Amino acid sequence: MPIEIKMPALSPTMEEGTLAKWLVKVGDRVSSGDIMAEIETDKATMEFEAVDEGTIVAITVPEGSEGVKVGAVIATLASDDEEAAPAAPKPAAPVAAPKADPAPAPVAAIAAAPVAAAVPKATSDDRVVASPLAKRMAAELGVDLARIAGTGPNGRIVKADIEAAAGGAVAPTAAAPAVTPSAAATTAPAAPVVSDFGIPYEAEKLNNVRKTIARRLTEAKQTIPHIYLTVDVRLDALLKLRGELNKALEPQGVKLSVNDLMIKALAKALEIVPKCNVSFAGDELRKYTRSDISVAVAAPSGLITPIIVDAGSKSVSQISKEMSALAGKAREGKLQPHEYQGGTASLSNLGMFGIKQFDAVINPPQAMILAVGAGEQRPYVVDGALSVATVMSATGSFDHRAIDGADGAALMQAFKQLVEQPLGLLA
Amino acid sequence: MSEQYDVIVLGSGPGGYVAAIRCAQLGLKVAIIERENLGGICLNWGCIPTKALLRSAEVLHNMKHAAAYGLAADNIRADLDAVVKRSRGVAKQLNQGVTHLMKKNKITVHMGTGILKGAGKLEVTGDKGTETLTAKHIIVATGARARDLPFAPADGKRVWTYRHAMVPQELPSKLLVIGSGAIGIEFASFYNDMGSQVTVVEMMDRIVPVEDADVSAFLEKALVKQGMTIMTGAGVEKLDVTASGVKAAIKGKDGKVVSSHFSHVIVAVGIVPNTESIGLESLGVKAERGIIAIDDYGRTNVKGLWAIGDVTPGPWLAHKASHEGVIAAESIAKELGNKDVHPHAMNRRNIPGCTYCHPQVASVGLTEAKAKEAGHEVKAGTFPFMGNGKAIALGEPEGFIKTVFDAKTGELLGAHMVGAEVTELIQGYVVGKTLETTEAELMATVFPHPTLSEMMHESVLAAYGRALHI
Repeated sequence: MPIEIKMPALSPTMEEGTLAKWLVKVGDRVSSGDIMAEIETDKATMEFEAVDEGTIVAITVPEGSEGVKVGAVIATLASDDEEAAPAAPKPAAPVAAPKADPAPAPVAAIAAAPVAAAVPKATSDDRVVASPLAKRMAAELGVDLARIAGTGPNGRIVKADIEAAAGGAVAPTAAAPAVTPSAAATTAPAAPVVSDFGIPYEAEKLNNVRKTIARRLTEAKQTIPHIYLTVDVRLDALLKLRGELNKALEPQGVKLSVNDLMIKALAKALEIVPKCNVSFAGDELRKYTRSDISVAVAAPSGLITPIIVDAGSKSVSQISKEMSALAGKAREGKLQPHEYQGGTASLSNLGMFGIKQFDAVINPPQAMILAVGAGEQRPYVVDGALSVATVMSATGSFDHRAIDGADGAALMQAFKQLVEQPLGLLA
Repeated sequence: MSEQYDVIVLGSGPGGYVAAIRCAQLGLKVAIIERENLGGICLNWGCIPTKALLRSAEVLHNMKHAAAYGLAADNIRADLDAVVKRSRGVAKQLNQGVTHLMKKNKITVHMGTGILKGAGKLEVTGDKGTETLTAKHIIVATGARARDLPFAPADGKRVWTYRHAMVPQELPSKLLVIGSGAIGIEFASFYNDMGSQVTVVEMMDRIVPVEDADVSAFLEKALVKQGMTIMTGAGVEKLDVTASGVKAAIKGKDGKVVSSHFSHVIVAVGIVPNTESIGLESLGVKAERGIIAIDDYGRTNVKGLWAIGDVTPGPWLAHKASHEGVIAAESIAKELGNKDVHPHAMNRRNIPGCTYCHPQVASVGLTEAKAKEAGHEVKAGTFPFMGNGKAIALGEPEGFIKTVFDAKTGELLGAHMVGAEVTELIQGYVVGKTLETTEAELMATVFPHPTLSEMMHESVLAAYGRALHI
């Protein structure tokens, strides 16, 4: 009996994805656990494993297809008993592969819309049925009609649906931070019309990661009043400690980076100044009791922020091990959603590029991000005398709706102290 | 003996009989209970017979103005008895139509007075005695009646309600109409055209107070020009009924009370829902001042009990009742397991209202003032009948069409019309509103020439500073 293989929901909020690559072709035999395809979501590329055994008899969605709806049939598998029969595959009753059953995913994603039953059907006909008013309001509010379930006749999208969707995006309280940080999954910045002035160029289509970055950072800069606080931090003690630790840890195959120590220092500082470990959530302030640090990693497809969960209570060697594993996955685009969705504060380090100081954009719904520059030898005044020290500049960006300047300053001070007297990081 | 139905509808007005038909269409076993006439007030004593009367008044008006059309007519006179007879004939014809519709849809009609006797149970008392009916669902559609003035209950001789005003024995020489809502203004207009000397007293600061302020002002001017006396911000303090007429003490805008003599008075100060003595209290039905509370589909707080039409919150209009009847019928069918019906919630913003005075008034949605109150940034446009070729050809150059848009979204918030035939025009905007039109679709619509409907186009263009013929 042929088995329909459907586009899987690889994260709780996934509604569609790009079928990046087929790793099997028609006629191939697959067994449970074999990797059949690579699927790109808005954040990562994930491998799609076979659940059933059989032979691929049809591939209905070619690789490179974008916007494949969750639940759409992407291939057909003939099971083994059928394989024995020489007959051509029958157009038999569709059977959903159990793991790929996508039903709950889109419902969760449109929680703001009142009628879940009217989720747009994943048909080949992608025409969005919406009232003229709904279309205009969607355009003005930056609401993506394709992501809305209509409640009008035959699923027509009407004014009330747009208001519900926009309301959900405006009030971030609707989404818990542990889920997609973007409650504004439905909003996309209006595509600017860019004139080319006749200059020759090559147009590269945006991948989903780049689209998400664009949307999230625009949202952050437009909705969060940022304040920036910079401190200079002397690194000599920390570098010395790192050398000693690495010597000691060498037999275990652990090599601490300066960044690993920064992750630990930020997490500890947040524990010392909990007023900065928060999220601004509309009519409430979420105060986190754990420091999960999102660490910015430059992946080939674009920026991504894997998370060191509870970095405050992990040892630096543990952080180092986790970080190198996550960074490796990030560069290969293989991070799982739970590895990059969440976090209570972020760390971005451009020191390795010799950047002296920069201001980072907050990663909503978080309320702070620390931007770390290069450690460099600078003239430094110690006890009234000019000397040379290794110093770096660190700048915290804070959501001023949630964090006052004095509290942000307290955090920067705690961070500076932890780095300059680094034994505190080991305690 | 008790007979078991899926649905019993209590009351056969435009809400009840339509609900019964829709239930029957959906395969439900339906009974309808009526204490008086099938079709209820609307087609026996309301909407339909008054339109017949007003048509006679309109023809009379046109005959009197025949010269304006190059025609001659002498010895024009109205035969009031014949006019009333025609009106009753029209009502009777439609009453028989409803009887036929009940038969065609296999709806059991019980003539009698129904009283709720617990969940799903109803007792009907008629000519043949009392019987008990049971049903899974009961729809209350008992309608409303005219509100009396506490100091002067209608007697049918000198003090009339709409019902007396519909079957006059004689033409009032001097008529006082209390209340300038749709009913008051329609009778004022009818009797004014028929030759009575008419005075309208309205408590609010303008007549037809639910309409846009521009419409009220225009209508007042037009009616005064036709010879009517209109007193706004005024109230009737006292009525003394005598054998020869009625002495009314009217407190004017200036606070002074003036006593005037009238031959007849029509009281049109609102309606009272017929929700007493039908057993609602025993079921614990939630109501406020007799008006039954319902959700958007007609459900009351009691399971299996529904309410539609004039017993529920307004507007108290026949077409609103019918629409609620359909929604309730479909909702009941859905509760009984029909998966193919998709009842929609009632949208009160999209219920049109029509007043058949001369000139006519029609509207839907928010007035300009209400739209601003609701926080909309408003774009409003007005186009006069004077600028429309068909209106001038008809000899009806008085009136205008006004449209109100949300300046930000282009949503059509409301439309307000006064002038000839506007009650037939308003539906164009109602369809637009139901489809959630913006100004763009209305502008892109081709309107036929020469018609009055072209003014609907021009009004939209005017709201955006683009009117062509003004």
